[in-house]
Amino acid sequence: MSAVVLETRQLSVRYGKMEAVRSASIRLRAGEIVTVIGPNGAGKSSLLNAIMGALPSNGQADGEVLYEARDIGHHAVEQRLGKGLALVPEKRELFTSMSVEDNLLLGAYRRRRRGRSHREALDSVYAIFPRLRERRGQLAGTMSGGERQMVAIGRALMSDPKVLMLDEPSLGLAPRVMAEVFHVIARLRDSGVATLLIEQNSRAALQVADYGYVLEVGDVTLEGPAAELAHHPRVIEAYLGARH
Amino acid sequence: MDFGIFAVLAQDGVTNAAVYALLAMALVLVFSVTRIIFLPQGEFIGFGALTLAALQGGQFPRLLWLLIGVGVLCFAVDLLAALRQRRYKPLPRRQLLWSAGENLFYPLLLWALAQSFDWSAVPMLGQILFTLAVTVPLGVMLYRVAFQPLAEASVLVLLIVAVGVHFALIGLGLFIFGPEGSTTQAFTDWSAEFGALLMSGQSLVVIAVAAGLIAALYLFFERTLFGKALRATAVNRRGAQLVGIGTAQAGRMAFALAAALGSLAGILIGPLNTVGYDSGFIVALKGFVAAIVGGLASYPLAAAGALLVGLLESYASFWASAYKEVIVFTLIIPLLAWRSLASVHTDEEGA
Repeated sequence: MSAVVLETRQLSVRYGKMEAVRSASIRLRAGEIVTVIGPNGAGKSSLLNAIMGALPSNGQADGEVLYEARDIGHHAVEQRLGKGLALVPEKRELFTSMSVEDNLLLGAYRRRRRGRSHREALDSVYAIFPRLRERRGQLAGTMSGGERQMVAIGRALMSDPKVLMLDEPSLGLAPRVMAEVFHVIARLRDSGVATLLIEQNSRAALQVADYGYVLEVGDVTLEGPAAELAHHPRVIEAYLGARH
Repeated sequence: MDFGIFAVLAQDGVTNAAVYALLAMALVLVFSVTRIIFLPQGEFIGFGALTLAALQGGQFPRLLWLLIGVGVLCFAVDLLAALRQRRYKPLPRRQLLWSAGENLFYPLLLWALAQSFDWSAVPMLGQILFTLAVTVPLGVMLYRVAFQPLAEASVLVLLIVAVGVHFALIGLGLFIFGPEGSTTQAFTDWSAEFGALLMSGQSLVVIAVAAGLIAALYLFFERTLFGKALRATAVNRRGAQLVGIGTAQAGRMAFALAAALGSLAGILIGPLNTVGYDSGFIVALKGFVAAIVGGLASYPLAAAGALLVGLLESYASFWASAYKEVIVFTLIIPLLAWRSLASVHTDEEGA
């Protein structure tokens, strides 16, 4: 088994008195896709933001975030990016009035490997999303939902991450576009990037993932290999519907 | 009004407009990046003109005392912040060393430079560069001390802090510079006559420098990664945070640029006007009216607004000179009405 790149130990997130995540412990190995599924408001986004160090100013994280076995809990977002973490947020947060290429270039503002030029990084993102190369001069705000998601993922990849965190990448996408995005996620695994995927669409997430966690009202209630989770009666009942 | 007077007024108006445009750019920049309405912009006009005048007059540039003082304050704030966080993280030694370098050592270095040269003999470009070397770090330090700890606060809170900083700087300005204003040396005494119009070289320099700076700003925003990072922060703060453009870094950059533009505006008006510690405020307010035309967001509209304000002021001073300030500032009412009707509230992220 490959090495653990990212691990949280007893990670809790609090907004004032409201506790969003209660001592969650998850693990992510190199080249692995791990998904965290669960209902809306279960604290999934808070978990990712805490790992990235990008909680809103009223948020407070406790516990340990280990990246390559080192505690990075006190690092700022910039430092975590430099180490190899990148987050694609739920709302994409693109620079809408700037071109696609500028959006991507800014993704490399703090990149992990200094040796690689911006050009090479751009080319590798364009290789994954050929459509972005065609549209590189277009303003990001004028693109369709699926294309925006590609820009958002591409921007995160520009920092050359070892761990890519995706917050609800399928949100608001048409099924066909969603399939495309998941296809890309599966391909990224082959390039050695570890992916932490958060999804409401549990079926699609468990199909693509190697391992899964179920987060409910702030607690990790279930975990296991994705294939096993997909057949767990509670998961089927609560998240996959009665179609099985 | 014959053509001669018309042309003279136009020349006057455009010259002033060039200065207002610089100030409006700085206000738009600072607001869009940090959401701060940069009221202390006007003080930098005085700082720039008075420091240059002191250098030209062979006097010690007294603004350095302020720089040294604010530098000490800045370092104290950094040290305190580090000590307060000691429980969560180790003392950031390198960061503190860096802070000591730029906040304590750098002002002393400038002080030594100011003492050891006869700056009145240096070419004007050197004097201007030295002036900027004093005022630009002052802008950055003001951001660190007054605004950075409040980066997440509301626009209103930031405005009130800006008012506070403005009054503090006005008071300190009076203490440091005294009530008298100064004039700087002319850039050129060249002039040319075109029919009835006497074209002054001074006006041409002001317009050319302002146009050059605006072009440089444009290139900075369009072509450089730093410039794009500033634009990105203005468009989407959260997105900028996630690609590692820190709020503090963007704020420092915006304040450095604003301080540079403010003091250059002061340097440009210095030869034509007697500039005192408090004369910048009214000039900056006119820049603010121009920035309002652009909704504190659009650079081209702000530049157009500056032209409008400059020309309006110039012609108003001919027809109703007693009311020229009233007319210029009254402009803000129809402008705001127009902006509130014309602005479309768009959803940033439609998907």
